[in-house]
Parts: sequence; structure tokens; C-alpha cells
Amino acid sequence: MAFTEEQLVRYSRHIILSEVGGKGQKKIGKARVLVIGAGGLGSPIALYLAAAGIGKMGIIDADTVDLTNLQRQIVHHTKDVGRPKVDSAAEKIKDLNPDVEVVTYQKYLDAENALEIYADYDYVIDGTDNFPAKFLINDAAFFSKKPLIHGGILRFDGQLFTIIPGESACYRCIFPELPPQGIVPSCQEAGVLGALAGLIGTLQATEVIKLILGIGNPLTNRILTYHGLETLFREIKIKKSPDCPLCGSNPSITELTMPVQEVCDFNPLEAEKKDQ
Amino acid sequence: MIKVRIPTPLRRLTGGKGEVDLEGTSIAALINTLDIEFPGMKERLCDEEGAVRRFVNIYVNEEDIRFHQGLETPVTEGDEVSIIPAIAGG
Repeated sequence: MAFTEEQLVRYSRHIILSEVGGKGQKKIGKARVLVIGAGGLGSPIALYLAAAGIGKMGIIDADTVDLTNLQRQIVHHTKDVGRPKVDSAAEKIKDLNPDVEVVTYQKYLDAENALEIYADYDYVIDGTDNFPAKFLINDAAFFSKKPLIHGGILRFDGQLFTIIPGESACYRCIFPELPPQGIVPSCQEAGVLGALAGLIGTLQATEVIKLILGIGNPLTNRILTYHGLETLFREIKIKKSPDCPLCGSNPSITELTMPVQEVCDFNPLEAEKKDQ
Repeated sequence: MIKVRIPTPLRRLTGGKGEVDLEGTSIAALINTLDIEFPGMKERLCDEEGAVRRFVNIYVNEEDIRFHQGLETPVTEGDEVSIIPAIAGG
């Protein structure tokens, strides 16, 4: 399929890059990416992928836009409060770039629907805000062999890495089990700087575009962490673990099930209040 | 001295400090010293049996201690220890 004149102009700053070119821009236009979560991370991911001219973008999120979201979830505007997040996001994507085919799923990803939804996409990006979802997304990526860009943010810090299932370290190679509830605070409990979501989400979008184009070094087998207060990036080398319960040599997880987060009696937030 | 980097979720114990300098010859010794200076640190990093919790990763100079000698991994002057927990926000 040849570009229209308008597309040639729209994507001219990509096409002029020798690493992209017309050929690469066509790869972007054929790529199918599933964005899970239309929140802090999902907003810049969806907007930059839309601007880049991604062929098909799936967006899954069960929630509606809340006023507390607008401090960081830039795909949603004040007028969208109360609307389903997927509808609000789809509208902005279409406004930005009508070339993009958008598919919305106003539901939570679960063990029953994950593999079926993944089947329609080439790449998955994690923009969710809770551990059961992050583990489920990783497990489903392994079973469907879809590359995944993981991301997480809290307060002033973020982390991300790319997972090529079966080839590079997966989320469970590094974190075999879910932390019990209450051990690691959520953004709702501990706060998050809005612009941090933009930074980590934009890095995730950059990494998926690199995978689509097949250029550069993917962010595999290393975690990139960002420390906002120090303005510092760090890289930690990670390895595929032979003991991984999912992708190791003797896995205990052999089919997709919803990861369960145990409730812990020990609540660090409560404990810290007592400490003070 | 060994530089220990404190991850965000644990900085409330260190009064917000992101790095602390400690003396010690192994990861286990460093964790014990950390817990003396910042009470509560050990129970956040280790389970009841004393093993590193499975959602916490500890690195010496950016190498995972799981691929070395675990808690007995030796540390020497100038080493840098990073603690990387899973974080879920999005």
C-alpha cells in the first residue's frame, strides 16, 4: 500500500530518519499494539503510538475518568470526567490521527479473555496500576509469545523493561511472586508525580517502536530505573532465571490463571505511621 | 564503606534518604546493620525464615545476588548495593 500525499507529509520527520524511512513507516502502519490501561502510562503510550501512525491499537480499561486522574492521565480532559476511559482515549487518538484503527475493550483483562484479546495484536504494553494485572499481563504474554513492554511508577521513580517471551528475562524471572497486598504502596496511597508517568510511558512507546522497526538494542535483560528526585537513570542487568515459575526449565505455572495477591497482616504504611 | 541504595517504598524508614553508607562484609550483615539504623527494614526485605522476600531483588554492583551466593554474597569497600522491589503504579 502506497502512502497518500498527506501521509507522506504527516510522517515526513520519521521517513527522513535513515533508520525508519518509508519502509519502516510502513512497518509502523502495519503493527498491531495492545495498550493495557488508559491511565498515567497508557496516556502517553496511546498518544505517541497514534501520532507515529500505528496500524491498529487496542485499548483495554474498565474504568471511567475520575477528576483525580487528570493530574497525569493526559489523554483525558476535564470534559471527560465520568466517561469510560477507553472512549475518551479513542476519541483523542482519532482526533490526532484518523489513520489509526482503534479497538476499545471496556473491561478488565482476566484469565478468560487475555489470550483471545492478545491474539489480535503483535505487541503488548503494560500501563496498569496493580500487581495482579502486571503478573497476568506477563503470563499471558508468555503463553501467547507476544513481546511485552513492562512499566511501573511510584512517587518520583519508575522502571521499565522489555520482555521477549522465551528469549529474555520475564517479569516472573525477576519477581517470581506477587507482593502481598499492602507491602508495596500504590500510587493512590503513596502518590506519583504526574510528569513521571509521561516519562516512563514515553520510554515504553519508544521501545515498542524500536521492536516494530527492528532497530537498536531492545531493553531486554536489563531494567531501566529512573529516579526523579536525583534526575538519574540506572540500568540493572537481569537474566532469564532457570528457576522462573513461568519460563524456567521446570515451570509451576502451566496455564493462564488470575494471579492472586495475598493479604498481609503486616502493613508497612500503618507500621510507618506508628514509627513516626 | 558500602553504598546501599534505598528504593522508593522504603525511604520512609530512612527519613527520605535514597542512599546510605554502611560497613559490612556480606549482604546479610548489611541488612542487619540497616535494620539497626532503620528499624523495620529487615522485615520488609526478608521473610520470617530470614530469606530475601521473593518480590525483592538485591544487586551488588548491578549483579543479582541470586546468581552469586544469595545473602552470603560478600561485599567489599566501594561496592554498591541496589534494592529493587516490584512497583505497580501506572
